Amino acid sequence: MTTKSEKLDLYRLMYRIRSFEEQGFVSFAKGLTHGVLHLYVGEEAIAAGCIYDLRKEDYITSTHRGHGHLIAKGADLGRMFAELLGKESGYCHGRGGSMHIADLSLGILGANGVVGSGIPIATGAALGIKYKRLDQVVLCFFGDAALNTGASHEGINMAAVWKLPVVFVCENNLYGISVPIKKACALDTLANRSAGYGIPGVSVDGNDVLAVRKAAGEAVARARRGEGPTLLECQTYRWYGHFTADDGKYRPAEEVKYWKEDRDPIKNFARQLLDKKEAIQTELDQIHGEINEEIMNAFKFAMESAPASVERMVTDVYAEQQRLISSGGGKATI
Amino acid sequence: MKTIKYREAISEALHEEMMRDETVFLLGEDVAGFGGVFKSTDGLFDVFGPTRVIDTPISELGIVGAALGAALVGLRPVAEIMFVDFTGLAMDQIANQCAKFHFMTGGQAVVPVVIKTQGGVGFGDAAQHSQSLESWHTHIPGLKVVMPATPYDAKGLLKSSIRDDNPVIFIEHKLLYLTEGPVPEGDDYTIPLGKADIKRKGKDVTIISWSKMVLDSLQAASQLEKDGIDAEVVDLRTLKPLDLETILQSVKKTGRAVIVHEACKTGGYGGEISALITEEAFDYLDAPVKRIAALDTPIPYAEPLYRAVIPDSDKIVKGVREII
Repeated sequence: MTTKSEKLDLYRLMYRIRSFEEQGFVSFAKGLTHGVLHLYVGEEAIAAGCIYDLRKEDYITSTHRGHGHLIAKGADLGRMFAELLGKESGYCHGRGGSMHIADLSLGILGANGVVGSGIPIATGAALGIKYKRLDQVVLCFFGDAALNTGASHEGINMAAVWKLPVVFVCENNLYGISVPIKKACALDTLANRSAGYGIPGVSVDGNDVLAVRKAAGEAVARARRGEGPTLLECQTYRWYGHFTADDGKYRPAEEVKYWKEDRDPIKNFARQLLDKKEAIQTELDQIHGEINEEIMNAFKFAMESAPASVERMVTDVYAEQQRLISSGGGKATI
Repeated sequence: MKTIKYREAISEALHEEMMRDETVFLLGEDVAGFGGVFKSTDGLFDVFGPTRVIDTPISELGIVGAALGAALVGLRPVAEIMFVDFTGLAMDQIANQCAKFHFMTGGQAVVPVVIKTQGGVGFGDAAQHSQSLESWHTHIPGLKVVMPATPYDAKGLLKSSIRDDNPVIFIEHKLLYLTEGPVPEGDDYTIPLGKADIKRKGKDVTIISWSKMVLDSLQAASQLEKDGIDAEVVDLRTLKPLDLETILQSVKKTGRAVIVHEACKTGGYGGEISALITEEAFDYLDAPVKRIAALDTPIPYAEPLYRAVIPDSDKIVKGVREII
């Protein structure tokens, strides 16, 4: 049972993610971000539905299309924009950029620019949790194309064998850059890959935030009980091309139109809230107004921040000894 | 100081560090009950059990990725990759992930991972199990690379590698495991990374080497002594960070530099050292810098063939004489 306030939270979260991405696209178009962005627009229900119920001490691993995951885990929008703009106040002081934004203090164990590479890292974090006998979980996000990498096979297999507390969330947006998933994988349902690892596989409408939340919640609970990983496939679609320099012309126009008009996770959720009289339009308008202001302020912070420092960059290739591990490190309790 | 084998020095270092710090653990292929194919992790499973000495599937990429993930949540993993030849299977996690994580996140996290592996020509293992691939790793900013030649150094350097907050590629040599030498005991014994060791003092020529080729170089130095040539042998021990100061001091003293490594000549780390000597001490040189390295071939199987490929003390003696 989802309460009204939870539903409005989920709506607000999805709207915040989309607004961030749209502002990101505008700043790219104006030449303010020299690097490309991999926009999450159209996939917001997955990050919102999966991460909303996580605890602060739980971990996620993210991808090149990772802004939505970070926002859902609570990342600061100003520091995110600052990173896109290459500023010293950015999360990675301008060294990471869009593909590597992370806030380790929020349990975000990196955003990965290499497809599939976050999967064994998530397995290792889950191994660490089990080693320390804690009840945290790891949510590992990746796209459909990642399931065809060796890293995915090795990482999921190890997590399955060791019954680790990790949920593998496959955001199936139907394309690996330009190649449709049908040309890259013979399965109709990617969740069926789970059979090869002896773990449950669940496929869910990734544009239905409540369905995602329910499926993710069950997988997280299972992981927390010590019963091991789940492969959760969320079927979705990206509205933009693979990145901001890709017009996505390889996709049929009617397919894009269908997903944007009929399957918009935010618009459909709003209609559902209004139809069931769980919200009135003025409530939603108020959310829109608040978020638009939040985005403007965050972007202003980034624009006014100082450029990234070359001096600090050179000294941070290697860690000095005795630094704190900001992701909750320190001595383990066995 | 007791005398023990190189492989015992390694397992002793692991044992001491695991006793000292409960976040240190070991994972890899056949490292647990089997004790490692070269027995360098022998006995650890009996002491520390399956939580801290973990046999993995044959998944090199997964092993290093898992080590990174565990490090990010506060552990200090030692990940064994059975042969350095197989680090190629794990290269994305080594070069794109472990090496760059600290930098890419703006210094938010540290990656205290040791990738323990071994290389070199040894037991007729042929082309896929005998390589010396240290320069793959020295080329990547963010990695440290350690290659000990003696039991004494192996123990002290492995302990420092485990305590280091950066990813360290720790490359043992398969022909050194049964060599013996004096090794200290106790928590306080470590050797800092980035410090070379002058294994033999001399005044006529500097031989710069690492790993097993240090022993061949010392043998060559003994032969050269009979001819009245007094060679200094510098064991780098750590390739990255490099102790350039010790190299330059020695070369400025002797005026001649010979670099010896078991890796192929082309693209080998000897080229880097040669360039640094030329850049920093050109005016002190009485002869061109000489490299003695393996031929640019895969390592062959038959003994006469592989002996033709890799350096030995006779080839080092010959090479030194060419510049004196």
